[in-house]
Amino acid sequence: MARLKSTADLEKTRQKILSKRDPSRPCITVCAGTGCHALGANLVYEAFINEIAKNGLNKKVDIRRTGCHGFCERGPITVIFPDEICYLGIKAEDVPEIISTTLIEKRLVDRLLYEDKDGVKIAHEGDIPFYKHQQRLIFGSNQHIDPESIEDYIALGGYSALAKALSTMKPDDVLDTIKRANLRGRGGGGFPAGVKWETTRNAPGDIKYVIVNADEGDPGAFMDRSLLEGNPHSVIEGLIIGAYAVGSHQGYVYVRQEYPLAVSNLTLALNQARELGILGKNILDSGFDFDVIIHRGAGAFVSGESSALMNAIEGKVGEPRPKYIRTAVSGIWERPSNLNNVETWANVPLIIDKGADWFTSIGTEGSKGTKIFSLVGKVNNTGLVEVPMGISLREIIYDIGGGIPQGKKFKAVQTGGPSGGCLPESYLDIPVDFDELSKAGSMMGSGGMIVMDEDTCMVDVARYFIDFLADESCGKCVPCRAGLEQMLSILDRICNGEGKAEDIEVLEELSDVLQDSALCALGQTAPNPVMSTIQYFRDEYEAHIEQKRCPAGVCKALISYYIDPEKCQACKICLGECPVQAISGDKNIIHIIDQELCTKCNTCFEVCPTRFSAVVKISGEPVPPAPPYGTEVVRKKGKQ
Amino acid sequence: MNKVTLNIDGKDVKAEKGMTILEAAKTADIHIPTLCHHNKLAPYGACRICMVEISKNGKSKLVTSCVYEVEEGLVVNTATPKVIKIRKMLMELMLASAPVLKEVGQQHGVEKPRFVSEPTQCILCGLCVRYCAEVKGAHAITFVGRGTKRRVAFIDEVVSTGVCMDCRECYGVCPTGKIPRETDGACFEGITVEDVLNSINAK
Repeated sequence: MARLKSTADLEKTRQKILSKRDPSRPCITVCAGTGCHALGANLVYEAFINEIAKNGLNKKVDIRRTGCHGFCERGPITVIFPDEICYLGIKAEDVPEIISTTLIEKRLVDRLLYEDKDGVKIAHEGDIPFYKHQQRLIFGSNQHIDPESIEDYIALGGYSALAKALSTMKPDDVLDTIKRANLRGRGGGGFPAGVKWETTRNAPGDIKYVIVNADEGDPGAFMDRSLLEGNPHSVIEGLIIGAYAVGSHQGYVYVRQEYPLAVSNLTLALNQARELGILGKNILDSGFDFDVIIHRGAGAFVSGESSALMNAIEGKVGEPRPKYIRTAVSGIWERPSNLNNVETWANVPLIIDKGADWFTSIGTEGSKGTKIFSLVGKVNNTGLVEVPMGISLREIIYDIGGGIPQGKKFKAVQTGGPSGGCLPESYLDIPVDFDELSKAGSMMGSGGMIVMDEDTCMVDVARYFIDFLADESCGKCVPCRAGLEQMLSILDRICNGEGKAEDIEVLEELSDVLQDSALCALGQTAPNPVMSTIQYFRDEYEAHIEQKRCPAGVCKALISYYIDPEKCQACKICLGECPVQAISGDKNIIHIIDQELCTKCNTCFEVCPTRFSAVVKISGEPVPPAPPYGTEVVRKKGKQ
Repeated sequence: MNKVTLNIDGKDVKAEKGMTILEAAKTADIHIPTLCHHNKLAPYGACRICMVEISKNGKSKLVTSCVYEVEEGLVVNTATPKVIKIRKMLMELMLASAPVLKEVGQQHGVEKPRFVSEPTQCILCGLCVRYCAEVKGAHAITFVGRGTKRRVAFIDEVVSTGVCMDCRECYGVCPTGKIPRETDGACFEGITVEDVLNSINAK
């Protein structure tokens, strides 16, 4: 495409792209996000190409590899437009049938459709409960766009918000719109983006920077990754608009090295934008110059903290700065640097396009717009969900997430990543927004949401997160480095059945000091998983410490397995499956677990046929004595 | 207009703009404990022992006095119960890896430290690292590792390139005496002070 010389040129180009496209022509989209990719989406895509050619449909059917659709649990996903027919869990072998049945005979392939809990098949993506309860403003474009095609983005109206800002708005108008929209940072703190922009704009200095924080590192979180991979231009567009508002001519994207697809799609997108004159000198003939450098992270979680990130961009070790001056005033090379996360930037074009009033009509009093969550853990529909602020946790977990698998009981939901808190069932109806989650002792964070069922040990969960944070702490300040080390050692001890009566109190004492004295937000919020689990699940701590019992049956040092001699039918399955040969027995001879040899791997428990259920897991009580070796089984009545 | 007046522990103190609370307190003979601070070095804010409670506009906040700059009308309390509690816990945490600081711990009320860690005798204040870099320009000492695995170590190129000037000034800044005692070596096992000095002298 030729370089765009004006904002009018952009619209002309868009019309030209659209004129070449026939909206009634079938378009097969294959999700090529990371989840579907891992499940073989590429093979599916190739199969479609081959099958389309084989059937001579090249000129009658379009095919497109798109960004993540979000329903990762059921990938690879294919949606056929314009009818929006959605097939889930597709394999390459299914492709010939899809082509012959759906594209040629215009019938549905029933077996590949979503089936709801009453057995009703659902054909349209938007009708599937997982999607139906979402409001996909930011994420919804992913499924229509080939991330490698700037044409696809422009066809959907991409860069028109930038054109609008550059041609009809002054930087102050843009700033004012973002402030009125009350867009709050999606990266963790929820700080109003407009206020931050204004700080940078007003800070002294000619050289200013705008930065995308794509150092997403929370365990289980991948919303920023999917946005950058699936719709990189939306982030770039937001960044350029932000740069225009604050008076910056140089942008950075700080992206994890561990996100190779995001890096390559972003690199390509930046090059395309430069070719079109959307980046570089005199963007769309507005007189505004701006370009972007990609900085790849070297694998430190703490580099997501703003001052550590600035250090890393400068080429220094990613450690937070101790100074009491905001990076918006003194950031990269001590110049005003405005940092927002991927999702925040992606919101900007929408707000400019549709206006602040539209944006504030969505959400709650203090939190406007939508939020993307990475819904994972013990929930039926894992994936990425975008919901309006104010929706309840229950709606996300049950209506969208489909509830807890295998009929288990819900126990807790952890929001906000490793520094967030675990909320119990009684909090399921709170509206999800920045302030309500903080009030409950958790936080919005960047949008991680881990669902836990009755089989989860909350002490073990706290231990897991503290272990993660102790490893990811930069180690500079004493409270974070040494405090987390001691917290981890206490939690390890409790999980090992060596907890002391005073441990809970010491954990609370350490938590207080970390919150008050740590250098950066990582250390200050690190105690959240411990404090929230003590607050809501204190009984589990007490059971571990006082009764040496793990109520969820997770902590290996506190559980034992034995075979109930009344129930054992000597089927030899557990005996054969035990990886350490800890089970003795024979045909007709009751099986016995050698407690000394048992590694508590849970295999015997899992393989024992449910009709026998002879393997029993216990915690906090002594193992009943086993019958003498050689005792014959007691056959169930009617069997002999 | 380059002077501001603040109140530290009930005493009005005149200070230059740009000074830290710690520096202002020193001019008024008010003692604030420090461990990672050094007059010749840029503020580092790692040991957190110099925390004080400030209040302005009716809100109070805990800050590190070695970094926080003075402001007109700022009210500073250097030893509130909260501050004392934090310092005591920080000392107790540091004592786990540096039992040698027993007496400093006692000054902060730690009689029986409850925590144990690897007794590296190092509190990672970074004085050796920063002094070598900022004052001597040699950069012969560095941090290695991160989080609980963070250590200080002489850069091993020292042995071959002679970056270390053998000024031994790091010996003097080390608050635990670890550097002179072991010249660390925690990370580069087998390298001794003698090895380092011999290789430099041989050049």
